Amino acid sequence: MRKLLIANRGEIACRIARSARTLGISTVAIYSDADRNALHVRECDEAHCVGEAPAAKSYLAVDNILAACRKSRADAIHPGYGFLSEHAGFAEAVSDAGLIWVGPRPQTIRTMGDKQAAREMAIRAGVPVVKGSRRFSQGDLDELEKEAAAVGFPLVIKSVGGGGGIGMQLVDTPDKITAIAASVQERSARTFANGDIYLERFLPKARHVEVQVFGFGDGRAIHLHERDCSLQRRFQKVVEEAPAPGLPDALRRQMFEAALALCRETEYVGAGTVEFIVDATTLEFFFLEMNTRIQVEHPVTEMITGADLVGMQLRMAAAPETFDAETPAMSGASIECRLYSEDPKKKFFPSSGTLTVFETPVDMPNIRVESGYRQGDTITPYYDPMIAKIVAWGEERSAAVETAISALDQTRVEGIKTNRDFLIACLRHESFARGDIHTGFIERHHADLV
Amino acid sequence: MAKIEIQSEMTGSVWKLLVENGQEVSEGDTLIIIEAMKMEIPVIATDTGRVSEILVKEGDMVADGDIVLRLEA
Repeated sequence: MRKLLIANRGEIACRIARSARTLGISTVAIYSDADRNALHVRECDEAHCVGEAPAAKSYLAVDNILAACRKSRADAIHPGYGFLSEHAGFAEAVSDAGLIWVGPRPQTIRTMGDKQAAREMAIRAGVPVVKGSRRFSQGDLDELEKEAAAVGFPLVIKSVGGGGGIGMQLVDTPDKITAIAASVQERSARTFANGDIYLERFLPKARHVEVQVFGFGDGRAIHLHERDCSLQRRFQKVVEEAPAPGLPDALRRQMFEAALALCRETEYVGAGTVEFIVDATTLEFFFLEMNTRIQVEHPVTEMITGADLVGMQLRMAAAPETFDAETPAMSGASIECRLYSEDPKKKFFPSSGTLTVFETPVDMPNIRVESGYRQGDTITPYYDPMIAKIVAWGEERSAAVETAISALDQTRVEGIKTNRDFLIACLRHESFARGDIHTGFIERHHADLV
Repeated sequence: MAKIEIQSEMTGSVWKLLVENGQEVSEGDTLIIIEAMKMEIPVIATDTGRVSEILVKEGDMVADGDIVLRLEA
């Protein structure tokens, strides 16, 4: 691998460029018309425009990206997260063009990208799954109500092709479920080019715990411990941490084994994450999905292990026959806060505008800041609202939390609305301090937090 | 007859028009869906009335506070 095209933008493109540089690999950025002056363009050795501002015309435009690859003579592509990272067709096109794809095999991406196929794969690997329904193809809602009753309420209508919390709808009661299902089908068809849905039981007091894995392509794989991502709103993660606080060791080991069983079953290649929900009351755990990419929250794992997950991905992709690694020891605790351009007081609506002031801590001990923006940049409505990740480390969880709070205190943003104060309120909340976290935390404590 | 101006609460693009000119709508109905940063935000009728003017079309960009539709209540 000599030259890596990074098919992404924002903080993750900058992050990938950093690891590539460390390994002596030169980097190629792609950008849309809206991102001509973006930070990730500067962080790479060269850059190519791939189209207009809407993602569908640039960061999702497979042909334009492959053309940029040919033009730059890059020999490898890292997709980052989101955009084309879990697009099996893109992975295939990259491999067919004789380029190195930094990610799992297209077939694995395809299986795990179909949430129902993934469930079946988990069942085959002996991993417990949540109660769910059959698949409802677009236009088919036959006996939906009966299936819903069998699954039980509350339930979640999930898009088979969905991901990143998009294409999910919580339903508390049977009335209107058919109409709601039809709208999820329509939205899914538009967003994921796949209108199929299914129903899955929703656990009201659940924790979201995920295992970072790394596979060597022959069934062997290692885990890099777990992360707790229970603090979410609208199925979008807000605060993540490692390790998961208060998780019994026996449960943790069972989850590692389940995650590795899935890697064996799929002969998994590279970095991946197996997501579970844990019933906060009974401590039972169930497979949710597998993300076949690097994740937004991967830095908390790096903070407690010292691993460079992106570097591992690149080394594995460059030399799959010889690359090897062991489960790293972990030390301390780490917390990541996602700074979003949004207005918590206005239902968390996204906020666009110019960052007239944007200051994050510089060289603060035990703090890592990942961002794709600088002061003066514009936050456009075209892409994800995340503007920075503030990642803290401490010997103990409480120390990591304190460090994160003081880093957020030192973060100044003007020109747009952000969730900074909301994040501080989450971290200061006594339930959070106790480790009493679950996916309903933000909703339940909303009045204290906003 | 009162003219009611309906604004977008968010900067984004118009994903879907759910009503037509002349249509009767009730307070609380979703009139338009705006999309930004992977989110869909509904524009809601603040009153009951008849749609007298639609100022945007699907795919248009709108800013926070822009008037997107008028109602006659």
